[in-house]
Amino acid sequence: MSHSGGFTSQDSATKISVGDAITPEDVSASSAVASDETARYALLLGDDCLILAQRLGHWISRAPELEEDIALGNIALDLLGHARFFLTYAGSAWGKTEDDLAYFRSEEEFRSCRLVEQENGDFGRTIARQLLFSFYTHELYQRLVRSADTTLAAIADKALKEVDYHQDHAAQWLLRLGGGTDESKRRMQEGLESVWPYLEELFADVEPTPTLAEQEVAVLPSSLRDAVLTRLSSIIEESGLEVPASKGAFGADRSGRFSENRGFILAEMQVLARQHPGATW
Amino acid sequence: MSPEKPALRAVDSPSETTTHEAQAAAEDARVGWEQFQQLIEEDQRVEPRDWMPQNYRKTLVRQISQHAHSEIIGMQPEGNWISRAPSLKRKSVLMAKVQDEAGHGLYLYSAAETLGTSRDEMYQQLYTGKAKYSSIFNYPARTWADVGAVGWLVDGAAITNQVPLCRASFGPYGRAMVRVCKEESFHQRQGWEILYTLSHGTEAQKQMAQDAVDRFYGPALQMFGPPDDESPNSQQSMAWNIKRFSNDVLRQRFVDMIVPQAEALGLTLPDPDLKWNEERGHYDYGDLDWDEFFSVVKGNGPLNHQRLAHYRAARDDGAWVREAAAAYAAKQAEASPRSALLSA
Repeated sequence: MSHSGGFTSQDSATKISVGDAITPEDVSASSAVASDETARYALLLGDDCLILAQRLGHWISRAPELEEDIALGNIALDLLGHARFFLTYAGSAWGKTEDDLAYFRSEEEFRSCRLVEQENGDFGRTIARQLLFSFYTHELYQRLVRSADTTLAAIADKALKEVDYHQDHAAQWLLRLGGGTDESKRRMQEGLESVWPYLEELFADVEPTPTLAEQEVAVLPSSLRDAVLTRLSSIIEESGLEVPASKGAFGADRSGRFSENRGFILAEMQVLARQHPGATW
Repeated sequence: MSPEKPALRAVDSPSETTTHEAQAAAEDARVGWEQFQQLIEEDQRVEPRDWMPQNYRKTLVRQISQHAHSEIIGMQPEGNWISRAPSLKRKSVLMAKVQDEAGHGLYLYSAAETLGTSRDEMYQQLYTGKAKYSSIFNYPARTWADVGAVGWLVDGAAITNQVPLCRASFGPYGRAMVRVCKEESFHQRQGWEILYTLSHGTEAQKQMAQDAVDRFYGPALQMFGPPDDESPNSQQSMAWNIKRFSNDVLRQRFVDMIVPQAEALGLTLPDPDLKWNEERGHYDYGDLDWDEFFSVVKGNGPLNHQRLAHYRAARDDGAWVREAAAAYAAKQAEASPRSALLSA
């Protein structure tokens, strides 16, 4: 293996057969009901995936190459699937559907991190955002598969196989853009600089997560920090780029301070559903 | 590079050959021609390495690349609804669908590449506006119901056209179409399902569905191309077993299929002349607005400029990424023999 990170370019997105993998409908049909605290945790995880899927979906028909239209679309589709799992499960605590939660919550009620709310920017910036988020979720799901909550564990198990490919995709592009041309190196470095301030927020321990972590239901975010940073630093150095110096943007505590972008994202996502409240689609 | 060049490459340039070699080449071409004729007569597949007439190659490159371009431009009207799809399930299905279109573009470009025209060259033809794509995509997908109408009518017309193409004489094209058709039938079903849900929903939803069908019906029927007496290339394509049925035959087949489907949807097809003809055993349908069709083909559709501009912007914005990938690959190739030497 020529580079760090534990994956090779020969890995393929299709190497994993879906087989008897769970579906969002399975979660909905199961008798599992989340506690209020677990639901709040699932909502936080689900919102991150939903907003990022929303962002990535914009690339379809705009990517640098046809294969990337497909790859970014595929990743967006995976993330949307993860969001549907988490939101469906969260909704079980409150008698709400995934669509109630996705379309009829306001900006203040979303729990997404600011990283996923960042604009796509150029391809380098999108890859930088993918790199950070996929490395974080990979570490997270690797531990969440051992959750005492069987639904969360099943979701993590399904998502992990897909995130494995997402981080490979991001890392392969990091290496290519970092080691490609002067322009790609500059743009990729800029991409990293622009998203890095929002990395720290992912490791903030905000209730109910610490309580759930004690019950071995959730993964304590701060416990992921060292592993994620080590792996990110290693792949960034290998790409010939520099690990940004930023220590994190102020307000990195997941306490509800959201980016300016969130309102625009939700306005677009929710517009049609809200024009026809109660309608079936 | 013009599409004829690959064919010429099979026979060496006369200026560099002796008379003897030229005669041998002519003999090869004669034998090739006979073999080609035999394959067509026996309704067998022509494969990329087989000899084929230049016009056959040219016709295929034009048709396959035009089809590929249509898939690529066709991502735009529906793609613009991904961000606003009204439920997460619909969002997910739509995303998968638009992604399929990109996949179809890939299969088709690959099939065309076996004829000697590179993907970059085909991209360039689309980029410069030299190549055409299906005119239907120059119409806007204005409402969510348009996503349904595009699936039901546009993909439905495409399938009617494409199922016979699975038997096209050129092997890679026919085989690509088998896969494309499987996915298109899922696309048509999801479109129908969207419209069914809307037409059985609120009054506003039903109106939205009817409005979309009103707008897409005519242009969808025109997807089969001009009437037979105004379609000069069709005869040759049929003689070569590329095309199996005429434009009008396929259009009739499509009309016969959608009339009962529209009834099941509870929606009206916007054609006062549409009625069952007992004698013919088919539905009669009214005249289509061919002036509009040719005008849109020539560039005067509602969105010709925007569709192409969107495509060009994506290519332009991504140029630095493609350059970086190529530069990285070149460095890797350069580095590997050297590193082998150094470690030896």
